[in-house]
Amino acid sequence: MDGLAAIAVSGLRKSYGAVEAVRDISFEVAPGEVFALLGPNGAGKTTTVEILEGYRRRDAGSVSVLGLDPEHGGVRLRERVGIVLQECGIEELLTPREVLERQAAYYPKPRPVEEVIGLVDLAEKARARIRTLSGGQRRRLDLALALVGDPDLIFLDEPTTGFDPQARRNAWDLIKRLGGLGKTILLTTHYMEEAQYLADRVAVIAAGRVVALGTPDSIGGRDTGATQIRFTLPDGRLPAELPVAARLDGGSVVIEAADPTRVLHVLTGWALERGIALGGLTVARRSLEDAYLGLVEPR
Amino acid sequence: MRTLDLLANQIRYEQKLYWRSPSSAMFTFAFPILLLVIFASLNQGATIQALGGLSYNQYYVPGIVAFGVISACYSNLAIALCFRRDAGVLKRVRGTPLPPWIFMAGNIGSSLVVSALLVVLTTAAGVAFYGVVFPGRYGALILTLLIGAFCFCSLGLAITALIPVATGAPAIVNGLLFPILFISGTFYPVGSASWLGRIASVFPIRHFEQAIFTVFDPRAAGSGIELLPLAVMLLWGGAAMLVAIRGFRWEPLRK
Repeated sequence: MDGLAAIAVSGLRKSYGAVEAVRDISFEVAPGEVFALLGPNGAGKTTTVEILEGYRRRDAGSVSVLGLDPEHGGVRLRERVGIVLQECGIEELLTPREVLERQAAYYPKPRPVEEVIGLVDLAEKARARIRTLSGGQRRRLDLALALVGDPDLIFLDEPTTGFDPQARRNAWDLIKRLGGLGKTILLTTHYMEEAQYLADRVAVIAAGRVVALGTPDSIGGRDTGATQIRFTLPDGRLPAELPVAARLDGGSVVIEAADPTRVLHVLTGWALERGIALGGLTVARRSLEDAYLGLVEPR
Repeated sequence: MRTLDLLANQIRYEQKLYWRSPSSAMFTFAFPILLLVIFASLNQGATIQALGGLSYNQYYVPGIVAFGVISACYSNLAIALCFRRDAGVLKRVRGTPLPPWIFMAGNIGSSLVVSALLVVLTTAAGVAFYGVVFPGRYGALILTLLIGAFCFCSLGLAITALIPVATGAPAIVNGLLFPILFISGTFYPVGSASWLGRIASVFPIRHFEQAIFTVFDPRAAGSGIELLPLAVMLLWGGAAMLVAIRGFRWEPLRK
């Protein structure tokens, strides 16, 4: 990618006093890519994003956003970038339409306010005071504000933290649609499902460092690791009778299979011969959650 | 041209915000008018011996005109910006292509609109109901008001740098303002040779009020422009602007 990357970060470091928030972070985001920084609270995600947005100065490392250094990018960079900050207030006595119209005037080629309101599904609240909006509606207004300048690149810092599952699903669909518009998106999250659902690639960050980088399907060796087969046996049957090595996990029997196709065949053949039902049978590769927890656990 | 459009856009929305916000409309707009009505009615017909038998309201109303500008510029700007800073509104502004100085100029412009309204209202009320004479020194009035607005807007911006969190803003802003208002002779004359008067003459409020008083003074000859008070206000305003430019914070303190 190098010269063509929408975002390029290399050897980034940042401390607040004695606290090293970012120790060594490097990654690149290609134009049109949806890229997630995934990590626990305090991992350095927001510090990284706020350096890219031009809010903070870095201590060391090189950073390029749309080919510019965000410390000196100024108006030229901000005209091409949309920012959704983590929990950020707004003038509650204005209406969504008003703040969008005010903000649209800041950009050389804004999207029509009407269209943006429709895109984030706020039409019924467009003329209501912002203080009457729900948490989810406010977050959609944040997104609308980031979109109204028709930016090439959008930063989303924890876009769905605090949402209920339905609101989260709606926000995800909206962000998917933005990706569909060809926008480059950098999002931070501590929800694994969010990274998995939205991102083309993920950097897992822990204690200020990138500990894994790849597609959500490959993070932490998910694509090459063992598959987990899980089921329950009828009363009186013991795992020791099974034709393959197994262990007990709570009430379930768990088999870690490197070659699941063969193991399943042996297992189900064994069960059918004896007329035994394998209760609640599931076959899953290592979950992103397991992979993630394995990566971010303090060592 | 684009700069002017942006500035007009900002002032328009700042005005909407101001008039929709009960706290700013009440405390910075209604309060000076309330003070005018109460004290001017209480002292209707009274005269001030120290000023050669001048009517109290001829002394008091110019002081309230000055107070209106101070209220709309210093108090309103400082308190509103602290609350918006703590809410993250200012941080949000910094993430847009709007040049920061236009955001500030929009706030100052909106304060000027409120100031102008207050000046017209308080002067008109003084002339119509309280026997105040305005000798028609419009040039002097506008010049003095502009310099006063510059001084007190700058002070309002500068003091935000000294206020750690917004909840403390009203107490700090008003706690500094009111003692100085009193010793500056806003509500009753304070002799310039008295020790209170000497302390007051260090600060810009007394100078602003004296300048406005001179503009209104029917006995004085000449243009109504006195250079010393204007110079003191320019000095305070300039110094405050430097503090504001160096020390203004766009983000809440880090937790």
